[in-house]
Amino acid sequence: MSIWEYANPKKFITTTTPLVPWLLWGAIAVLGVGLTWGFFFTPDDARQGSTVKIFYLHVPSAMMAINVWAMMLMASVIWLVRRHHVSALAAKAAAPIGVVMTIMALFTGAIWGQPIWGTWWAWDPRLTSFLILFLFYLGYIALWAAIEDPDTAADLTSVLCIVGSVFAILSRYAVNFWNQGLHQPASLSLDKEENVADVFWYPALVCIAGFVLLFLALVLIRTATEIRLRRIRALEMRMRS
Amino acid sequence: MIPDLGKYAIEVLTVYAVSIAMLVGVVAITLHRSRKVKARLAAVEAMQGGAK
Repeated sequence: MSIWEYANPKKFITTTTPLVPWLLWGAIAVLGVGLTWGFFFTPDDARQGSTVKIFYLHVPSAMMAINVWAMMLMASVIWLVRRHHVSALAAKAAAPIGVVMTIMALFTGAIWGQPIWGTWWAWDPRLTSFLILFLFYLGYIALWAAIEDPDTAADLTSVLCIVGSVFAILSRYAVNFWNQGLHQPASLSLDKEENVADVFWYPALVCIAGFVLLFLALVLIRTATEIRLRRIRALEMRMRS
Repeated sequence: MIPDLGKYAIEVLTVYAVSIAMLVGVVAITLHRSRKVKARLAAVEAMQGGAK
């Protein structure tokens, strides 16, 4: 058996449909536990006070904003190389989820920044590259909507996705590249010295798992929806001819 | 019972309320659109079957 069998739209839907309720309810449960833990049962930070509780939404949403684009990049490359329609549709399906994650990261960051940095926004390398990533998401969705032929749309959006990946990488590593700006380096690290204290780290890890599960559930549902829309289009064209 | 959030209560509560609303919103929109498209496909397939 090969992974490419799942590039068959029918096989993709029959395989993923039973998984969706597990992923969705799993996401709700894990997120419920993570956010309840973070909000109710973690202490305030010595310097940041209770604003540290924003961490449990800001960090997972920012991680997902970047990782959704990485998933779109992989799907786009698969489309360009192997011409599997499901991969192009999966990238298309993921983009609106990425937009929501990016808005959430920017919003939670701004609200967190005001009391801690004294400003909602700064043209800091990480914040700016994140804003550009958000604009790339909007451009990607607009390009899909603007082109009628689905294969041409998939080709052009795939190229846009590859170009936008520069900003996805910059969003993650801008602080390390330029070593300036207000935003601190990554809060989460495998290095115990650099990582946040365990009392914040464990609930954050649960929240990240919840965000990943939620993304998986949503992207599978939305990809199946895109496949069905493609089938409707094909049937309607057949009926007209 | 809400923990004592001190002087940052408005910021923290706003973040949680808006973020949870966004997550619920994206799930609701996704499920609604999925149901709508499934129903439309069923209708088109039925029409296709009738046209044969």
